[in-house]
Amino acid sequence: MGIFSPGFTGRRREPRSDLPPGQYLENGFPVLSFGPTPHVDADRWQLTLTTETGERRTWDWQGMLDLGPELVENTDIHCVTAWSKLGTTWRGVPLDRFLDGLQTEARFVMAGSADGYTTNLPLQEILGRAWVAYEFDGAPLAPEHGGPVRLLVPHLYFWKSAKWLTSLRLMVDDAPGFWEQNGYNMHGDPWREERYW
Amino acid sequence: MSSSWVPATLVDAWRETPGSRTLVLDARLEPALAGQHLDIRLTADDGYTAQRSYSLGSPAGAERFQVTVDRLDQGEVSPYLVDGLQVGHQIEVRGPVGRWFVWEPTQTEPIQLLAGGSGIVPLMSMIRTRELAGGTAPMRLLYSVRAPGDRFYTDELDDLAARGRIDLQYVFTREVPEGWPARAGRITGALLHELTLPPEDGPTIYVCGPTGFVEAATKPLMQFGHEASRIKTERFGPTG
Repeated sequence: MGIFSPGFTGRRREPRSDLPPGQYLENGFPVLSFGPTPHVDADRWQLTLTTETGERRTWDWQGMLDLGPELVENTDIHCVTAWSKLGTTWRGVPLDRFLDGLQTEARFVMAGSADGYTTNLPLQEILGRAWVAYEFDGAPLAPEHGGPVRLLVPHLYFWKSAKWLTSLRLMVDDAPGFWEQNGYNMHGDPWREERYW
Repeated sequence: MSSSWVPATLVDAWRETPGSRTLVLDARLEPALAGQHLDIRLTADDGYTAQRSYSLGSPAGAERFQVTVDRLDQGEVSPYLVDGLQVGHQIEVRGPVGRWFVWEPTQTEPIQLLAGGSGIVPLMSMIRTRELAGGTAPMRLLYSVRAPGDRFYTDELDDLAARGRIDLQYVFTREVPEGWPARAGRITGALLHELTLPPEDGPTIYVCGPTGFVEAATKPLMQFGHEASRIKTERFGPTG
């Protein structure tokens, strides 16, 4: 620090402990994607999980619902472009339920999207803290926000919450996904400001 | 390293339109690619900070970094950058960031650019980069803007178009210039069909603007037969 901007006061507010460093409060819901919004039909949607040994499991819409969705309330999300949205509500299936009874040595997972997007995540860290989400604020998830189904990993920057989720590939070793190859951090913890390389 | 903040001195600035300002910054950063952005951070005298991302308009590798900032009246950072920051003063910057929404002079395929409002900024960096490199691959720009007075870089763009260096198409959404042959209105599929490079030309397409513009542009383009993988987008919300 040490460089001040004379006359800059900012939008003065109480200091908030719920905003990670460098983030500001956003009441809208901005959209960030690298290409056109793919239109994925919920009736034809499938999620495929592949283990490091090539074992595969596949769910369709009903198969996902059968795993037991839950309400994810009062959840804060943080985008690397510096906006944070607090107290959001989602409905989704905990990621753990897709892994039930699975034998795996994997320490990472690559989430993949219908448009070819990928993002890598640390598996153990996100278990219990990640959902396969299909509702936002009580309504079906809109296409531009990743509908019909996206990953929701609120404790990491939001590019890790892959939109239009269609695949989960378990990996023994870490590997960079799309933004991770294009300048963004492998881990992406907003509280440690892990934004870029 | 893109991850650390460095001081940047405002060495020059001018109004681009009544509500926007181009800032020329001197900072020790890695050279930029065309289409990348900088993070800008302001610090109040009590230590409070606010940061936002701004696309670079300067060409790739330029010694000085140029951004054009649109003032959002409810914004926190943009009003200061447009009306407050004085030449000679410093701010902090980080970057350049982003390796996807970039154009490199080694690309030889035709390029279709689509800009909504201030989404022109990173596309201007691509146009300028190609110009400096003497690029000859076709480059077409469709620039959608509210009114004639809201255009950025008007003289430079018109000059490039007059010299046949780019194919320039304006779409005015609220107000058209006198004698303009079309009525004001947002882009439509029919308009895009008429004004953009067809899939047969094999263009790479860059779309930058507000979310609504990007959605309105990319849907018809894919219907025309452009591959999604050839359409790169950058969206921005009202986050000033």
